[in-house]
Order: sequence, then structure tokens, then C-alpha cells
Amino acid sequence: MTFFDWIREPWPWYVAGPLIGLIVPALLILGNKSFGLSSSLRHICAACVPAKIPFFQYNWRKEGWNLFFVGGILLGGIISAVWLSNPNPVVLHPDLALELKGYGITRFDGLVPADLFSWDQLFTLRGPLMMVGGGFLVGFGTRYAGGCTSGHAIMGLSTLQWPSLVATCCFMAGGFLMANFILPFILNL
Amino acid sequence: METQEKKIHTPSEAELQRDLEVRELDTMCVNESTLVHKPWHNIKYVLVGILFGIVFVKAEIISWFRIQEMFRLQSFHMYGVIGSAVVVGAIGVFLIRRFNIKTIYGETIVIHPKTFSKGNVIGGLMFGLGWAITGACPGPLYAQIGTGATVITVTLLSAIAGTWVYGLLRDKLPH
Repeated sequence: MTFFDWIREPWPWYVAGPLIGLIVPALLILGNKSFGLSSSLRHICAACVPAKIPFFQYNWRKEGWNLFFVGGILLGGIISAVWLSNPNPVVLHPDLALELKGYGITRFDGLVPADLFSWDQLFTLRGPLMMVGGGFLVGFGTRYAGGCTSGHAIMGLSTLQWPSLVATCCFMAGGFLMANFILPFILNL
Repeated sequence: METQEKKIHTPSEAELQRDLEVRELDTMCVNESTLVHKPWHNIKYVLVGILFGIVFVKAEIISWFRIQEMFRLQSFHMYGVIGSAVVVGAIGVFLIRRFNIKTIYGETIVIHPKTFSKGNVIGGLMFGLGWAITGACPGPLYAQIGTGATVITVTLLSAIAGTWVYGLLRDKLPH
């Protein structure tokens, strides 16, 4: 197996996790920046549709680095898809595969299931509920919570801040509730 | 130096006060650096972003399936990723504090304390619900679009709308 074959395989957690952890000191050393991604959504609001709302009246240009950072993430996604993509289908827990087949989700060839998230699905009942409804909850919830997985779970816990621990526990609680008790009804639509 | 800074941005007293107030309310939005940089200095953040995006995709952190496995306790993968990231991040922060490491521009590194609000709980639960539906937190949304799932722009626009509505209703919500 060449290095290139190896790098195209899915990376294990003990490679990915420490690399993500290194972003915390890297951003601090590069320019005193706190790792956090959901704030990019706020800067986009402040830059494009501030609409005299006090929450969006601030000098967003000062936080412009964050928009360059998420722009980089987008480019990273393109680079991985073009040159580093895994030729094999996504490996799935057999219980999950069986459960999803029950909802008519049978394509496991991508990271984003095409049976749920595609332009065609926007014209069903389930599609907009998941894409528009889910996205809204992510945007509203992260800002209300003051951060997301990167800002609270990784940056906040790395700097030993208890409000971030509370927030992270609530992220997980919400996720457990949705995935196990509510999502089955949505997927059945 | 001072004249150069003034040319770039001269905030009024009221503007400074409001800026500070807003940033205190929302600790996720704090940029402690007071230096003024040329726009191309932002390239370094693009590069860190690219590396991060590749890790996101290659470790399948942006996969809807991996997030479902996490919330169904069917896989250790995501717990391993987040757990080891926190450990490495904490060691990095400890070393920065212990040896008083400065930024590459010689500034003292400041880590802003997060203050507790009811939003951590209510907003946290809401985000958790959304996370399990979309299989993505805000960062992975950008990476998913990059991998060619163009329809996720709809999810991203909706997330921006969600943030906007929060800003609109902020004063009426418990904090």
C-alpha cells in the first residue's frame, strides 16, 4: 500500500482528534484567535443583513479571519473530494444500516446520504423538515448557546470552562433525544 | 504607526463601548488582537481551514452516518475524535500558559472566560436536536458543501437565518 492509498482510506480517530486539538493552540499562536465556527454565521448576518438589530451592529471586519477560516474548510472539502476521496462505500454499523433500510434509505456511498439530502428531496415533506428545519435549529441553537462543538466542546473544554461543559452535555442530550426518539418519526414521513 | 492605524479605522467612543458590550454578551465572538493587519495576513487562516476541512472529510466527521452512530452509541469514533481533540487542545493551552508563549506577532495570548447563561442549556438542547437531524454542526456544513453536496447550501442558509432570528428575538429570550 502506497502512502497515497493509505491517505485515501478513512482516518482513525486517534489521527483526526489530535490534529483537530492542535488547531486550538495554532489559532492562539497565529493571532490570538479563539477556535469557534458558529460565530461565522453571526458575522455573515452582520455583514449581509444586519437590519438595525443591535446583535449584528459590531465591527464584523475585525472578525474577518473567521470567514477566511470557514472558506478554508470549504476548500479543504473540495480538495478531499477531488484528490483524496475514499473509493470504498462508507462502513456502517449493521444495526444502523438495517434501521435506515426500513426508512427507505439504501444508498450508503457518500458521507451525506443522497436519499435524504438532495435537491429532489427538497420537494418532499421529509426533505425540507430535515434540511431547512435542522439547519434553523443548528443556527439558532448554537448562537443561543454561545457556541457549537468547536467553540464549546473543544475550545471551551480545553480551557477548562464549566459553562462549556454544561453546553456540551446539552448538545449530547438534544442529539440523543432526536436520534433515538424523534428522528424515527421524521424518517418515516 | 498611530497615524497609519487611524487611517484604517477610527472608532468613536460610543462605537467602542457598543463593540465591547456586544462582545462581552457573546463570548464566542472575541478577537483579543489589537493589531491591524494587511488583508493577505488572513491567508494563514485559510491554510489552517484547509487542513481542518481535509481532516473533517477524511475522518468522516462530516458524515451523517457517523453522527447517527454516535447518538445511538454504535461507534466510539466520534467520542474518540472529540475526546482526543480536547486532551491535545488542553495540553496546548497548558503549555501556552505555563511558558507564557506569545503570538507570532509578540502579543500576549488572552483566553476569554465564558460566562454561564440559560442559553447554554436551552440553546444547547436546540442545537443538539438540529445536529442529530442534519448530521452536521456549523463547521462541517461548509466542508459538506465542498465535497459536492451542493444542496447543503440550503441547510447553511437556514442556519444563517436561525442565527438572524436569534439576534432578532434575543431581548425576549431568557439568558
